[in-house]
Amino acid sequence: MKILAIEASGQVCGTAVLEDDTLVADYNILYKKTHSQSLVPMMDEVKRMIDLDLETVDAIAVTKGPGSFTGIRIGAATAKGLALALNRPIIPVPTVESIAWNLCGTGSEQVICPIMDARRSQVYTGVYESNQCATAGCGRQTAWQMLTLKDQCVISIEEICSILNCIGSSVIFLGDGVPVYREKIADLMRVPYSFAPAHLSKQRAGSTAALAMQFWREKGDACLVNADDFRPDYLRLSQAERDRAAGVDTSRTVHRD
Amino acid sequence: MQTEKEVTILAIESSCDETAASVVVNGRTVLSNEISSQIDIHTLYGGVVPEIASRKHTERINQVVRTALQTAGRTLDDMDAIAVTCGPGLVGALLIGVSAAKGIAFGTGKPLIGVHHIEGHISANFIADPSLEPPFLCLVVSGGHTHLVLVKDYGEYQILGRTRDDAAGEAFDKVARAIGLGYPGGPKIDKEAKKGNPHAIEFPRGRVAGSEYDFTFSGIKSAVLNYLNQKDMKGEHIVVPDVAASFQQAVVDVLVGHSMEAVENLRREGMTIRKFAIAGGVASNSALRSQMEEACAEHGLAFCCPPPILCTDNAAMIGCAAYYEYRRGRRSGYDLNAMPNLKLGESVYER
Repeated sequence: MKILAIEASGQVCGTAVLEDDTLVADYNILYKKTHSQSLVPMMDEVKRMIDLDLETVDAIAVTKGPGSFTGIRIGAATAKGLALALNRPIIPVPTVESIAWNLCGTGSEQVICPIMDARRSQVYTGVYESNQCATAGCGRQTAWQMLTLKDQCVISIEEICSILNCIGSSVIFLGDGVPVYREKIADLMRVPYSFAPAHLSKQRAGSTAALAMQFWREKGDACLVNADDFRPDYLRLSQAERDRAAGVDTSRTVHRD
Repeated sequence: MQTEKEVTILAIESSCDETAASVVVNGRTVLSNEISSQIDIHTLYGGVVPEIASRKHTERINQVVRTALQTAGRTLDDMDAIAVTCGPGLVGALLIGVSAAKGIAFGTGKPLIGVHHIEGHISANFIADPSLEPPFLCLVVSGGHTHLVLVKDYGEYQILGRTRDDAAGEAFDKVARAIGLGYPGGPKIDKEAKKGNPHAIEFPRGRVAGSEYDFTFSGIKSAVLNYLNQKDMKGEHIVVPDVAASFQQAVVDVLVGHSMEAVENLRREGMTIRKFAIAGGVASNSALRSQMEEACAEHGLAFCCPPPILCTDNAAMIGCAAYYEYRRGRRSGYDLNAMPNLKLGESVYER
């Protein structure tokens, strides 16, 4: 199974190639260029660097959201175009879970809590626990898996910290919301907590690829989505839809061609 | 005689609220012209909501491209290039077409060609009239643009006049809302105006001081709003078809007037102008089409006007413009970005 992964849901732009258990390429940048300028050139560079024949790719993994609406769509539309050209399926990966996957295998004493700044006093977040389970047929060998304690959602920092305090385990925070909410977290947390080191703290295409592979192993074809039908999961309606639902006057005009 | 190899281009357009794809051969033969409109959704909001447009493009893009290929009876393997509108337009909307086109180009190894949306509108005339060749004069009128352009050669444009404020289509939308016709204003005013008297109310024909060909539509729009206010204060009812027809006539008079003045002046300067074309969404307006056609006949000009399906945002026109870029050796890199504020006269390839 060879997976080409695309990550563009936040500040990081990345692409990775995972062949079974070998991460052949994992290329991530966090730079001021737009993902539109960076993403496909990075994919092209990876392709040339590892002499990748795109025909050998079995599936395209892409973070489906939440995150920056525009970033998610650049990733999604690029993945859809590429999947159309190669006639391959897409493996959609929840962004928050993909970030948590950076820390899968780091021990089961602590829970993993990615936080992404969602503005409007909210965070995209979730709570995960990485632990070991027995592997079939092998005596002493165990395998890492990640349990979802709270699925990805958009809530306030107060709410997520309260959930974490209830769980009671020590917490490791990561994600681009960390610098934004560092002080709030200090005020709110009643259990021990820490922040992930720099190389594990943001989205990584390698993790997106690895989590997609995990989905494939757990669910088989059920994790595959036809590229035509793939749609992102923003976890939030557009402003206009929210206003409309709230009964606010939404009349506005934008230039039409 | 040496026959040139056929060039088949897959073109994608997503600059506003239409997701479109088309397969075009040699810039002039349209094998398919698929358009998925979002108008019903945006009508709920009285105008295009950029975030919703971007979301819908993302959902629809692959189906539209696939249908365009199927209708054309072609596969991606048959394509010589992948073309896409990169500006101007709504940045989030443009990015969907641009990203998908890059994904397809990267996946197939086919060349990528970024296309200027307004040049696309002008190019729709090459499809409508296979014998049309530059030089000719073209009036581009849409919701976002109003330009009077001298098309000197393929890809070479001299702008004679542009709007100083509202685009013509924008004025239609604003007036339509004010008289309760709703969105989209262009077709609704056109329809209502057919029942009204275009000379019932004399709205001003705006001119820009010190400029022969520039347009201004905010004055006409304000005059309509003032008229409605006055009627309202007096407690009098308005005759909607008359207001629609009179407003439309004022806009058409300005568009036709400026265009024909340009023709006369250019001829006086010794230039040969034989053809006049119109392009853009407002080029579908029936009054503009018929009155421009009459004026062209009076001035001994051949009149070219694409059918409405090529006036609205579509990808066939992008495939046509892309063909001439292709012939000039223009290719975009994978770093092609959306250019929301691209101006007519600015090249996609020289930014």
